[in-house]
Amino acid sequence: MIARIQVPATAKRGEVISIRVAIQHPMETGFRFDVNGRAVPKNVINSLIVRYNDAEIFRAEMGSGVAANPSLQFFTLARDSGELVFQWVDDAGQRGEERVQLAVTGP
Amino acid sequence: MIRRFLQAGVVALLLMQSVALAATSPRSGITYAGADVRALQADDFANPGMLWVARGEKLWSTPAGRNNKACASCHQEAASSMKGVAARYPRIDTATGKVINIEGRINTCRERNQAADPLQYESEELLALTAYVAHQSRGMPVAVVADAANRPHLERGREIYYRRQGQMNLACVNCHEQNAGRKLLAETISEGHGNAYPAYRLEWQATGSLHRRLRACYFGVRAVMPAFGSDELLDLELYLARRATGLTVETPGVRR
Repeated sequence: MIARIQVPATAKRGEVISIRVAIQHPMETGFRFDVNGRAVPKNVINSLIVRYNDAEIFRAEMGSGVAANPSLQFFTLARDSGELVFQWVDDAGQRGEERVQLAVTGP
Repeated sequence: MIRRFLQAGVVALLLMQSVALAATSPRSGITYAGADVRALQADDFANPGMLWVARGEKLWSTPAGRNNKACASCHQEAASSMKGVAARYPRIDTATGKVINIEGRINTCRERNQAADPLQYESEELLALTAYVAHQSRGMPVAVVADAANRPHLERGREIYYRRQGQMNLACVNCHEQNAGRKLLAETISEGHGNAYPAYRLEWQATGSLHRRLRACYFGVRAVMPAFGSDELLDLELYLARRATGLTVETPGVRR
């Protein structure tokens, strides 16, 4: 699973930063049938969890209503330099993980 | 009666004018799209096609085949070595004398230099690599030149473009020049340029090649769809590229 993460490389302490995540995934709804009439099983990324220095800062629970290749954006407060860990899993059990470093400057 | 003739004359003039305008200043398909689609293409992070470009970037430096060589082993940095390549394609392959597009070039390179199996047309890997290579030419003017070698193929492509076909008995030109800018059901008909491909189509919820898009048009007029990478689609792609002179490469574009 290819994913793209957008986190500013540096931020001032106390600054509100924007974080964007895009994951390549078909987000199969489970409502479709293939050419042979068989139901295509539902397969969506059901959970995405983001941790910032081991503290959970964002969680998304997605379902059939989310389009393919989901793109999410959220905001957080830049407190300390450290690592952001993005983890997600789909209905087929396939997992993905990305890690991004954030450098926080200032007092 | 005279009035009717005059009206017909005005319509004919308008049609001629639209053809002439299309020939002189082509309009990219993105200018026919709504504000939301235009914003999606303009934002490099939101543009879902960039996911395929990102995958292509990884594949670029991943060794493949029995020679254990990656694209990067010979071509190094794609940002410099592949810059402007997509603007010049499709071209005539000097070894075989046939028309070859980016997809074909990647597969030829795999077979000749990497000793790897060719990637299946429209496979995720080939789309990703094609999108990555074409992306390096984004913003550059489409520059396919007509010469003695490609002239027969350009002529054949032009012939296909003007040929009525299918149960609907429509040629490309009937919609994409004579009715460009008008509505077909809820869609605005574009001029049918291929400068944004491989592009992310919202209808597909995926990135697809120009051949997939062309096959969709064949299906739309209820004609027999040529195979991916067939000579017919390659000649048509060549003619469309020549016809798009004046536009810039937009890969990965976003289309409805």
